[in-house]
Amino acid sequence: MDSVKETIRHFILTTYLPGESPANLRDDTPLRKGGILDSLATLGLVNFVEKEFGIELDAYETAVDTFDRIEDIAALVERKRGR
Amino acid sequence: MIRDNLAEYLESSAARFADRPAVVDPAGWTIAYEALNRQADALARFLTSRGVTRGDRVGVVLPKSVAAVVSLFGIMKAGAAYVPVDYTAPTDRCRGILTDCGVRALITDAGVLGVVPDQVQTPLAALIVLGDIPEGQATAAPATPFATAVEEGGLATDHPRSASDLAYILYTSGSTGIPKGVMLTHENASSFVEWCSTVFEPHEHDRFSSHAPFHFDLSVLDIYVSIKHGATLYLVSEELGKNPKELARFIKTNRLTVWYSTPSILTLLVQYGNLDGPSGWIPRLVLFAGEVFPVKHLRELQRRWPAAEYYNLYGPTETNVCTFAKIPAGIPSDRETPYPIGFPCSHCQPLVLDSNGVEASGAQDGLLYISGPSVFRGYWNRPTENAAAFIDRDNVRWYNTGDVVRWQPDEGYLYLGRRDRMVKRRGYRIELGEIERALYLHRAVREAAVIAMPDSDAGVKITAFMSCHNGNVPSIIELKTFCAKHLPSYMSPDIFVLRESLPRTSTDKVDYQALHGTVGATKGVRQ
Repeated sequence: MDSVKETIRHFILTTYLPGESPANLRDDTPLRKGGILDSLATLGLVNFVEKEFGIELDAYETAVDTFDRIEDIAALVERKRGR
Repeated sequence: MIRDNLAEYLESSAARFADRPAVVDPAGWTIAYEALNRQADALARFLTSRGVTRGDRVGVVLPKSVAAVVSLFGIMKAGAAYVPVDYTAPTDRCRGILTDCGVRALITDAGVLGVVPDQVQTPLAALIVLGDIPEGQATAAPATPFATAVEEGGLATDHPRSASDLAYILYTSGSTGIPKGVMLTHENASSFVEWCSTVFEPHEHDRFSSHAPFHFDLSVLDIYVSIKHGATLYLVSEELGKNPKELARFIKTNRLTVWYSTPSILTLLVQYGNLDGPSGWIPRLVLFAGEVFPVKHLRELQRRWPAAEYYNLYGPTETNVCTFAKIPAGIPSDRETPYPIGFPCSHCQPLVLDSNGVEASGAQDGLLYISGPSVFRGYWNRPTENAAAFIDRDNVRWYNTGDVVRWQPDEGYLYLGRRDRMVKRRGYRIELGEIERALYLHRAVREAAVIAMPDSDAGVKITAFMSCHNGNVPSIIELKTFCAKHLPSYMSPDIFVLRESLPRTSTDKVDYQALHGTVGATKGVRQ
């Protein structure tokens, strides 16, 4: 689970938050509700998660309420991978 | 042939193609040409009976729908100009626009009744509402249901028509204050539509996308070229328009033949849309405008859809498309430079002036001016901006696009940028100064300077340089969150660079040149 979170965190930091300290991007930081990721960036993140972890996400799985924090996204990945 | 009124396109097609499908609603149902024309006529009669007359403005604040298309034509048939407003924009902004141009009537959706302007001076002659008004909700004026406004009956009204009458007013994008209303006549739009006919050879079996909202001038090609030729216009809802996978499916399922949008949307399609390769459905025409198209994405799109013809269309809202470039088949794999904006459209005359106001010669850089029948009348009620926008040369009125270009005999005009601080991002006009003003609202920010750089991936990248008051340095995340609260997403910087202080020129202004020089080396590093 930790490596999934770290992979997601690293992607977000390098793609959307260049120069940010990793410590500031917490597992429970609200990415979309907090205005860190707009709709375009969210598309990029969904695409990354699908390709990186070999899963397919339905529209309802990427709704803003449930697909917003690293910890929720990582949990979703684990569920889809059947662990 | 220039038309005296854009409605003539619908009227001719209703006679020739009565039962052919004219428009497909996002929900999937279709309205035929004759029915569309009849409803527009009924709406025109209704508006006229309520006192809407020639030269009036009528606001349209609706989601993409057949009702919206009926509204545009009904308003023009009544001799008025339609003013389309983004119904997803903040209420204040909508009201600001409707008040700025003094709309006489308003057609809107029951979900956004907050946009109805205060009836300060002139009460609305008509308020037409699509959908069910929530129980107990008061409306600022007596509201007529849309279905009632398009009911049959009543005498046909004949209005004098003139190509120099206003057809619509499009408000330029901008997040703060009231944006400018670009006034466009029937002649302006029609001269552009006629050019499209000669270049793209549309026909009644074409199926056009309607991706752009009606307040963007890309919609003028979608609606009026499609309808002129008896083709079918497929309305793309705002929601669908942002979903690349569903959009790709929509294009395939409906076998669209003409696609027109900003490059950003095409990039989304190619990156996330799971487009079928060459063996799947391919539109015959892919048109794009509004911003630079990064070549790597265009190349990839062409690999998926090799059979399509690609055109880069350039032109500000003030002139609609005025130059165009056909993209060659098989873009070389090593090409990185974006394609030029190309050659002038046959209905437009170009003029390039250097910084001394002298006509540029050969391959000299200069500001691009345009004249011809597609040049707008002016900005609504903005005498200062109007004086600045036009020059008179040899009894011809030329519009200053503000874009710097260079002529190349083989490829036409190359777009080089602007002298002011306006850039196009995701198809929107943004002022870098506006972003700076928003950053200054943050109490920790001492200095802020924003620059835009071309980017081979995103088209343009916005970098914000800042220095802060002692001891109070916000994180990048805090800054992103702050920008999300104060700016639309298309204006939010990509990169934040925090410095002790910003470089200054000898006159103590921010040294933007120096900042540009550091961008290659700096990648959002705190220093």
